Amino acid sequence: MFLEISAFLVIEKLILVAAILGISLFIAMYSTYAERKLAAFIQDRRGPNRAGIFGILQPLADGGKLFFKEEIIPEYANKFLFILGPALFMITACMTSAVVPWGSTLHIAGRDISLQVADVNIGILYVFGVVSLGVYGIMIGGWASNNKYSLLGTIRAASQIISYELAMGLSLIALLMITGSLSLKDIVEQQSHGVWYIVYQPIGFLIFLVCAFAECNRTPFDLAECDSELVMGFHTEYSSMKLGFYLFAEYINMFISSAVMVTLYFGGYNFPGMHSLHVSPNMLTILGVIAFFIKIFIFLFFFIWVRWTVPRFRYDQLMKLGWKMLIPLAILNLLITGALMLYPHH
Amino acid sequence: MSLPVILFWILAVISILSAIGVVMAKNPVHSVLLLIVTFFTIAGLYILLNAQFLAVVHIIVYAGAIMVLFLFVIMLMNLNASGEPQKNNLVKFAGVISGGILLIVLVAVLKQANTGMLAEGSDHIGLIQNLGQALFKDFVLPFEVSSILFLSAMIGAIVIGKRE
Repeated sequence: MFLEISAFLVIEKLILVAAILGISLFIAMYSTYAERKLAAFIQDRRGPNRAGIFGILQPLADGGKLFFKEEIIPEYANKFLFILGPALFMITACMTSAVVPWGSTLHIAGRDISLQVADVNIGILYVFGVVSLGVYGIMIGGWASNNKYSLLGTIRAASQIISYELAMGLSLIALLMITGSLSLKDIVEQQSHGVWYIVYQPIGFLIFLVCAFAECNRTPFDLAECDSELVMGFHTEYSSMKLGFYLFAEYINMFISSAVMVTLYFGGYNFPGMHSLHVSPNMLTILGVIAFFIKIFIFLFFFIWVRWTVPRFRYDQLMKLGWKMLIPLAILNLLITGALMLYPHH
Repeated sequence: MSLPVILFWILAVISILSAIGVVMAKNPVHSVLLLIVTFFTIAGLYILLNAQFLAVVHIIVYAGAIMVLFLFVIMLMNLNASGEPQKNNLVKFAGVISGGILLIVLVAVLKQANTGMLAEGSDHIGLIQNLGQALFKDFVLPFEVSSILFLSAMIGAIVIGKRE
């Protein structure tokens, strides 16, 4: 299994990892700006417009402010776990990007460079595993704060994420029955010559989308922080850049879950008419990457749009939606998919 | 030493140390976190055996779901080091004896067990396709029986929950 690891491969992968991390941080940074501008537009305000032209430097100003804020660790907090919480949350948010195929292959200096860090044969399960670990950052941080509002937010977050993971997993199984592969690269390649999987799995996609909102703790599922009831939920006691990590990781999660949804249901880096274009393979790859990012931006816009349009659920409504509607619907979707796949053979 | 052997030793040492930590830690939350570290190292060992599917399912099920529930319960019960009830010496003595007996049983079983080496070239057994073939062809009856066991446990939990 440990094949020859050439120096080129290591350098290539390191550059790719650095580029992907940099791009996801940059996009997450400007998602905060987009969020504030869109919120302002929806509420008929101007939004941030002081830092730079159109307020374009606002994310930098926000980041600078968070860095220079006083660092407060509550006296009765468990110090080690208090620091571990936001760190874990940030790490798990960044880890998922490793298996997403960001583009096809580039040919540079006689080498084929795949624009995917790791094409593991269980790619989709890896995403699922990392997502399920994301809750530890919230749980550890919320518990270590030694504050009742934090603890309540933590308990809500944990039960919400576990509940919605089930429906998410069931909707994924229906998709996997069609693809027959767990590798994200294979799933994208299969959509290159056929139709996108959204056509085969419309219900599955809807369930996945709702669960992605819940897993990212976005409105209408942001019961874990729920300002009107719990001060700030699990990060009530946090200040300075540790708070910044919690807030920022939410935007990375949004970006990555958009990327995963595009990969699974919207053809990844494929775009209509790509096989009739007469351009060099490298150019086609670059166009594919651009198409991929445009699709991601549409999803990011959707995330923000929903936040400023739909009000928050009540907690019992959230649990009812997860357990009594999404899970039965996902099982039904699974059965229908199975039946339709068996039907042509008989 | 080759890379896999070095990785094996690193993982094995961390695994055993964190497993000891689970038992020794005074704070139950620390015990749970150390247990999660143990699960991760075991998942690492699965990857060294080229059983990626087992590794990732191990993480999803144990670290991602079961340990979250453990942590959940411990946080809700607010167990901490100061609140831990003092056990008297008789209980400790009984614990040591029963633990020792369990160790003897385990050692006896392991001594007799036929720990066959994995044949050369059969290192794809842990891949998802081969695992699926084994589970749904060769071991389909035990597999289905165990899933009925899970179902009955679930129904039992709902019945107990509904009683109030």
